[in-house]
Amino acid sequence: MNTVKRTVSRAFMARSFGMPPLPYEYSELAPVISAETLSFHYDKHHTGYFNKLTAHAESKRPDLKGKSYEDMVVDQEKFVQNQAGQIYNHDFYWKSMSGTGGGEPTGALAAKIAEDFGSFGEFKSQFQAAVGAHFGSGWVWLVQDKLNKKLAIMQTHDAGTPIADPNLQPIITCDAWEHAFYIDYRNDKPKYAEAYFKIVNWDFAAKNYIA
Amino acid sequence: MAATFSLPPLPWPADSLASKGMSAEQIDFHYNKHHKGYVTKLNAAAEKRPELRGKSVMDLIQAKDATYNLASQIWNHTFFWNCLSPNGGGAPTGAAKQAIERDFGSFDKMKKQFSDAAGGHFGSGWAWLVQDKNNRLKVHQTHDAGNPIPDGLKPVLTCDVWEHAFYIDYRNDKAKYVNSFWNMVNWDFVNAQLANSRL
Repeated sequence: MNTVKRTVSRAFMARSFGMPPLPYEYSELAPVISAETLSFHYDKHHTGYFNKLTAHAESKRPDLKGKSYEDMVVDQEKFVQNQAGQIYNHDFYWKSMSGTGGGEPTGALAAKIAEDFGSFGEFKSQFQAAVGAHFGSGWVWLVQDKLNKKLAIMQTHDAGTPIADPNLQPIITCDAWEHAFYIDYRNDKPKYAEAYFKIVNWDFAAKNYIA
Repeated sequence: MAATFSLPPLPWPADSLASKGMSAEQIDFHYNKHHKGYVTKLNAAAEKRPELRGKSVMDLIQAKDATYNLASQIWNHTFFWNCLSPNGGGAPTGAAKQAIERDFGSFDKMKKQFSDAAGGHFGSGWAWLVQDKNNRLKVHQTHDAGNPIPDGLKPVLTCDVWEHAFYIDYRNDKAKYVNSFWNMVNWDFVNAQLANSRL
């Protein structure tokens, strides 16, 4: 795969509400997630949502320019909620993964996972089960309640996102839409969920965690 | 223990739609993993819940049972395979032709509305041509496992727009998949649905 896409992605930053580039090369997450998957997923799906929202903003909703994603995911128009939700969710998903990821969290986040789930192993099982069990398109998240600091696994459907709730802090996410895993895993979503843990970016997770 | 729910066979060989744009691999995964998977899971549920045995999948759909998603996906997929044929495609015939022209103005207009619905559906779901309570044909969408029958709508044609239905052959290009769907539509089956009394 070529690196031209990164330059194109930077051009997006100049547009209204902006769309961050893929944080790494297409080959970064292989073999867990192939370069082919990353190129379709980022260039077609993620970019597609951004293009649709941009076109909508330009033709019908100039008020969207300058709005935060937190505002757009609760917009009066379902179309805006969907596109904005998917743009945000996908960006969070790329950041939730790394070619040098995997293993287990450390420090305060690790301690909190052990406290709220019993053990990292138990958390991992529950998270993977949620990915496998989600019916239809959606996302699985580790979130933190900003008030009581408790961690929880949350499923959102279609373009749903925890940032619609100002009280929730997302920590990591796994995309459970079929386009996320079908090239590499076909129907075997549980195998994808298992492999995801080989590339979780616990540094990103730790930055999101509220100590 | 004998299985309560069974997977109906495909109406045609799995490689017979390849020349029309649906590969053997696409059908193999769709039928043997997804469709069969729902049947396996429903039978597992029936092992634990004897009251499910002896019911049809439509019974479970109408009852909004806890197994609705599984039952409805089984029903929807069976209907979908029957909507396709290696001898299909072309323009509607018979009663379907008349009803489509009456209710949409032309086949092209119906095709555009249906294709827009299929292409525009956000997330997983199905695009349908249904007959409403006044026997008028309409384009209808259901989300996830949704089935139109409990809403009083009689399905006559469906297109699966879950990503697993097209991702092997078309990747993200759902519009191209929907375009190919028209090459395979089994108008004989559509006519048979029109002629059937409602469930």
